[in-house]
Amino acid sequence: MTDPTDYRAPIREFILNRFPGFELRDEDDIFALGFVNSLFAMELVMFVEKTFQIKVPNNEIRLDSFRTVERMGDLVARVTSGGRAPVL
Amino acid sequence: MTTTMIGPDPLAGPAEEVRHFVDDEIVPHADEWDRAERIPRELLGRISELGLWAPFLPPEHGGSAMPWTHVGRVHEEVGRGCSSVRSLLTVHTMVAGTVQRWGTDEQRARLLPALATGELLGAFCLSEPDSGSAADASGTVAVADGDGWTVTGTKKWITGGQIADLLLLFARTGDAMSAFLVPADTPGITVTPLTGMMGTPGSMLAQIDLDSVHLDAEALVGPENWAAGTVMTGALDLGRFSVACGSVGVIRACLDACVDYTTRRQVKGTGLAELPLIRRKISDMVVSSRAGRLLCAEAGSLKDAGDPATIMASWVAKYYASTAATRASAEAVQIHGANGFSPEYPVARLYRDARVAEVIEGSTELQQLTIADEAYREARR
Repeated sequence: MTDPTDYRAPIREFILNRFPGFELRDEDDIFALGFVNSLFAMELVMFVEKTFQIKVPNNEIRLDSFRTVERMGDLVARVTSGGRAPVL
Repeated sequence: MTTTMIGPDPLAGPAEEVRHFVDDEIVPHADEWDRAERIPRELLGRISELGLWAPFLPPEHGGSAMPWTHVGRVHEEVGRGCSSVRSLLTVHTMVAGTVQRWGTDEQRARLLPALATGELLGAFCLSEPDSGSAADASGTVAVADGDGWTVTGTKKWITGGQIADLLLLFARTGDAMSAFLVPADTPGITVTPLTGMMGTPGSMLAQIDLDSVHLDAEALVGPENWAAGTVMTGALDLGRFSVACGSVGVIRACLDACVDYTTRRQVKGTGLAELPLIRRKISDMVVSSRAGRLLCAEAGSLKDAGDPATIMASWVAKYYASTAATRASAEAVQIHGANGFSPEYPVARLYRDARVAEVIEGSTELQQLTIADEAYREARR
């Protein structure tokens, strides 16, 4: 599984499970939508690492990598492919 | 099996050693340290010898890869003996855990071995004179200055600040927060002891003033401008877990003190232990210590599994255990009557220390709001 779009569904599901009722598109900025607090941001980082069995490297721990479902999927693809995918 | 422990202790080997350490080297001195407002260096050295400063670190960094469930039991045992000592362990855990989780390879290699042994003692520097739970109101500012940062501001109520070597410092960088690892002897830093505190006075609190302190670029830990959602939340999560476990220890100390006192104390020829209202209080302490430990164990095992649910589990454990410790210690003072107010018995100290746990690492009120928010979110599923 290397296509970034393959990683999006579980990420989207995790977010919507915590914030049901939201209409969330993969390109929506979840921080700009205003419902993500610091607690949930940390949970998101942990969720991505546990679900995809990766350790997000320091240079990837940045707000922009977690801003949208699409970008989080790209992040997972980059990490699992050893950084071959384009960096945001 | 005892009233406060079900089945074999998960810490079977180390627990015995820690228990003896607490019984022999902490409990007999806790009141003296409380009055002196200081933990002696010798005791800190013993924690180093026992490898208890950061046992969760991997062996290559000087730890023993101790699971968080076991770390929690260590903090519970130490909390049973002295909350001031446990407080020092708490903030050191927050700093060492931060370097392990968010540090660069260079920061990990340079700092973790010394944090594991206690050669470097850490302090968590978030609170300020005008911002506690509202951490985003930080007035400390870090400005990029070409080859690093210049930091100016004041941190207050810093546990272990009087003796810390390494500060985990939070500062505003533009509109957001960033975190920095700062040697406490950096020029421009002034450490002022804070004394006369009601609770955990032995934890050697300090105010830390930063006057145009220059930091190298390498001082930054974690993502620039995103410490709030990463370093700060992660460190506070470890802090809450430790405080929760320590609060369970306080309840057990109250139980021990009250069972001992009521067994010996007679009122009009009847032992206090025979009075039904006393027995109810004792029962409540037994139940709350066991319930608190189970909540801590849940949070610890979720940490060991890397499960994000550990964050809410730590909130719940800390809320329950800290408020239960306040109740238990208030009842312990009540059971002891006038003796409860006396320095001849430990319960007044336990009460004062328990109150601290309801304020630090997120106040009780903040926890109530956060936990209730989670309940309402779940109800919408």
